[in-house]
Amino acid sequence: MSSLASTQAPRSTGYRGWVVPVLGVAVWWLAANQGWSDSGLLVSPQKVALTAWEQVSSGQFWRAISSSLARNLSGFFIGTALGLLLGCLLGFSRLFERLVGPSFNTFKQISLFAWIPLISVWFGLGDVAKVVFLSLAALVPVVVNTCDGLRNVPPAFLEVAKVYGFSRWQTIIGVMLPAALPSIFTGIYLALVYSWLATIGAEYLLVSGDGIGNTLIDGSEHFMMDLVLFGMVIIGLVGWALNVLARRLERRMQRLYGITPR
Amino acid sequence: MARATATALDRSQAPAKTLAPVERLPNFPARPARRESVNVRPRLAWRARTLNGALPWLLPLALLGLWYVGTERGWLSEQVLPPPAYVYQTLVDLISTGDLWLNASASLQRVLVGFLIGSGLGVTLGLVMGLSKTVEDYLLPTFNALVQIPVLGWMPFALLLFGIGEPLKYVLIAHAALVPVTLCTLQAFHQVPKRLLEVGRAYGFSQRQIVTDIVLPSAVAPIFTGLRLGFTKAWLSLVVVELLASSEGLGYLIAYGRQLFQLDLVMAAVVVVGTVGLLIDRGFEFIERRLNKGRAMTPGRLV
Repeated sequence: MSSLASTQAPRSTGYRGWVVPVLGVAVWWLAANQGWSDSGLLVSPQKVALTAWEQVSSGQFWRAISSSLARNLSGFFIGTALGLLLGCLLGFSRLFERLVGPSFNTFKQISLFAWIPLISVWFGLGDVAKVVFLSLAALVPVVVNTCDGLRNVPPAFLEVAKVYGFSRWQTIIGVMLPAALPSIFTGIYLALVYSWLATIGAEYLLVSGDGIGNTLIDGSEHFMMDLVLFGMVIIGLVGWALNVLARRLERRMQRLYGITPR
Repeated sequence: MARATATALDRSQAPAKTLAPVERLPNFPARPARRESVNVRPRLAWRARTLNGALPWLLPLALLGLWYVGTERGWLSEQVLPPPAYVYQTLVDLISTGDLWLNASASLQRVLVGFLIGSGLGVTLGLVMGLSKTVEDYLLPTFNALVQIPVLGWMPFALLLFGIGEPLKYVLIAHAALVPVTLCTLQAFHQVPKRLLEVGRAYGFSQRQIVTDIVLPSAVAPIFTGLRLGFTKAWLSLVVVELLASSEGLGYLIAYGRQLFQLDLVMAAVVVVGTVGLLIDRGFEFIERRLNKGRAMTPGRLV
């Protein structure tokens, strides 16, 4: 009875989120250790933990993760920088928007991964091709959101700037960019998320060198479910960490510029 | 008092009457000037409009021209960049031999089946979590944790479990569609306009009436946004799945062309993938806009 009462209190519902994962792992553990299935694919949780430990202690994991992250970040930075530039041009200049906008909108409709075969022919299978692909993945959301943010600056702000006799440059620096910042941050945040996804995709489809994606491929080629599961957990964790990092940065920047979070 | 105000009103009306013709007066000299400007504007507007309409085509045409000249002059070998005419020829061949239809229908069938399964499950899951806070508390953290792993991360896992057959494609495409649909459905429940809920409560609606008459109708448009996002994701992952493991479909055409170094085939297939994706997205956008139009009217009427 007392437990029933405590579930009704708003504070003690936090445990509910853990019920499903804990149950899931328990069933998995039972299934693997009681031998419910003969399939070699049903590996036990201990086996996965052991593989994880081996990967980490032998240094293979660090090599994979560091090369994946290096690729991810360099692609992200190149793509974001180019995206900001293109987005600003599209946002500030009507002429440029008419010239490039429609082509860009058509271009972004093409499924990102469809570019991989062309990129592999033009740039090979090495790091150059992967970084090109990653920057492409990061570029699109940054351009879209930067341009949107600059286009949707409230007209009242611009009128105030006009009343105060701001020069065009002052209007851009003092009014338009700060007003567009939340949208620009959203774009950068999306770019970080997309570029991690694209990192896995690039390692998966342009097979060469080290990387978390390659760890996964190794696992699936050798029918090592433990390695596959380990790789998946790492991909999820890194994605989550990047997500949290980006959100925290976004909030800090917003506070820095005095923007209330949406 | 009443008489005084009445006379005051009379007085205040009287000057207004004399003012009215004064206001009209300046219109007379203004007219000829306006007529002049009317004569000039359409020509300018027409020129501006043609220029404006032509501008978006400049960049693609310039790129096409550069591509054509580049291949004609042999700046790049044909294997690296086939001439545009060649790509066009391949596209025409693909259409006339029926290969395109065969592969496109295989792809479309896959994406449809996967999308239907995924969005059906997604809407159900979102509904259940949206209707019951308890279910949401139990399921959402696990769901959020699993969502962190992208479709590509699930691929090797699914490959080992299901093999390279059709089920693999359905499962991965369904998973890709499921995530945004579930999240948007759940969000739709969290973002029911408060005003509507208050009106419902004021009219003494039962919990069930609130759900069927207020929450569900207002959730239709956000859920549809989720469906559109889900389809975009499904189409994206279809290409990936077919690139990696398939023996027909648009993604397979791309992978096949790459293996044989037939870049014309790759490019033709990429064009088709882009066009189909664009058409479907536009279709969804059209329906979404109509739904949103209906939604915008509802709160307006209630205010």
